[in-house]
Parts: sequence; structure tokens; C-alpha cells
Amino acid sequence: MIYLTRRATFSASHYYWNPAWSEEKNRQVFGRCANRNGHGHNYTLEVTVAGEPDPVTGFVVDLKWLREVIEREVLDAWDHRHLNLEAPEFATAIPTTENLAIAAWERLEPAVTAAGGARLNRVRIYETPEIFAEYRGEA
Amino acid sequence: MKAYFGRRYLVSASHRLHTDALSAEENRATYGKCNNPHGHGHNYVVEVLVGGAVNPETGMVVNMAALDEVVHARVVERFDHANLNLDPLFANRTPTTENLCRAVFGLLKDALPGGELERVRVEETENNFFECCGE
Repeated sequence: MIYLTRRATFSASHYYWNPAWSEEKNRQVFGRCANRNGHGHNYTLEVTVAGEPDPVTGFVVDLKWLREVIEREVLDAWDHRHLNLEAPEFATAIPTTENLAIAAWERLEPAVTAAGGARLNRVRIYETPEIFAEYRGEA
Repeated sequence: MKAYFGRRYLVSASHRLHTDALSAEENRATYGKCNNPHGHGHNYVVEVLVGGAVNPETGMVVNMAALDEVVHARVVERFDHANLNLDPLFANRTPTTENLCRAVFGLLKDALPGGELERVRVEETENNFFECCGE
């Protein structure tokens, strides 16, 4: 089994806010991330697929195809957007890095599976170079 | 729904790779330049990976500010700008990055403010790193 990872970057804004809580509790739990005017990050998305190299091409997947899938399924929806206001999955869920990792998996997994061959193995999202979250699907 | 939260911390420290179990000559043969009697230093990156269910109220596996407090108190303040050989954890153990990685895992395992410690990775330089997932 070979694991192949493709990176992509996108920039987006967000804020953390649980509408079931008071303003005070939101500020206490989320700190500066609760600023309702939002703030932004340059995110790095790492998409790892796992599979056997094709005996003819030597590819696990075609990297150009994988780039197009990432652009179509994730970047078109999130890049240069306000995640709380423009990404449907965050109309209710809080766009934490953890939830972004899960949402990116859910956006990518059907396209990777439908192509046959490789499986989606892991999605990792860096919010900054020091902060990341990852999701490996339902265990 | 299980996800993982990772955070990287910088620790600058000095060490000398040396064991009393070997002769001076054997130490030099085993550890090379790292056996220099006066030690040397690295900018270590300690990467902490916490696994757990995403809390539906917060969207988080672990609160980052709370995690930072624990890692700073237990690891960064202990090792940053210190000589690893003088730490009691390395009194009878060579402060290789393998052993540092295992020590950090032990210091954090039962102290996290949420989630489970999945893995500790310590990068000694840009070109070498070590990982520990517990025993």
C-alpha cells in the first residue's frame, strides 16, 4: 500500500460562536476567535489517498486529477470565503479546524471513492503552521 | 466523531549524547560529534497530537488555550533554554531525541485537558524527527 499526499492552500475567514451560549460564555471559551466580525487564515489542506500503484502508469492516483478534485470539491466552496456565512456546512456547525477537517473529508470522499482504486486515507488542515487538525473517517 | 487536533511548540535546549555504559572511545564512535563534552543545542519542535470526539457545543477535540497551558507548564517551561542532561528525567538516560520524545509523552499522557494523547513527535532538525505513541 502506498500513501500519496497532495497539498493545497486556501484563504478564508471565520469566527467561533455557539448561538446557544451567552456572549460572555462565547468569549470565555473561544477568546479572540469569538469576534463577530471574523478573522482569517491561510489554510493548508493535505489530502492523503492510499492504494496500490497502477501497474501501467505507476500512479496511485493521477495527481492532476486529485488537484482538480480538491479544487472543485473544497477550494471552490471555501477559498476567499467567509466560512460561517458562505459554506453551507457551517450554517450551524462551528468552523473549527476539527470541523473543517471532517467537512473536507465529507466533500472529498465521494469523489475519491467513485473514481475506484485509491481510498481517501486522511485529511489534515493547518490553520497556521503550528495548528492543525486531521480526520481519518469513521473508525 | 473522532478527529485529531495537533499543535506545535518550540523548545530550544542543549544536550550531549553520552552514556556511562560505554568507554570514552566507544561514546565517540557511537555518538560522533554529538558526544562533544561541552554539548550542543537544537531548536526542537514538539508536536502534540490529541485524538477524541469533537465536542458538539464547541466544535473542538480539545480547547487549544487549555492545551497550551498544560504543554507550557509541563514541557516547554521544563526544557526550553535548559540543558537536557541536567534534567532528572535524563539522570540515567541519554537525552537522545528518542528518549526526549518518550519523556514528553509521559509528561503529557495523563495531564491533557481533554481528548487522548495520540502521538508526540519531536523534530530535532528539519531533517530528522522522532515519534512516540506510548508503549
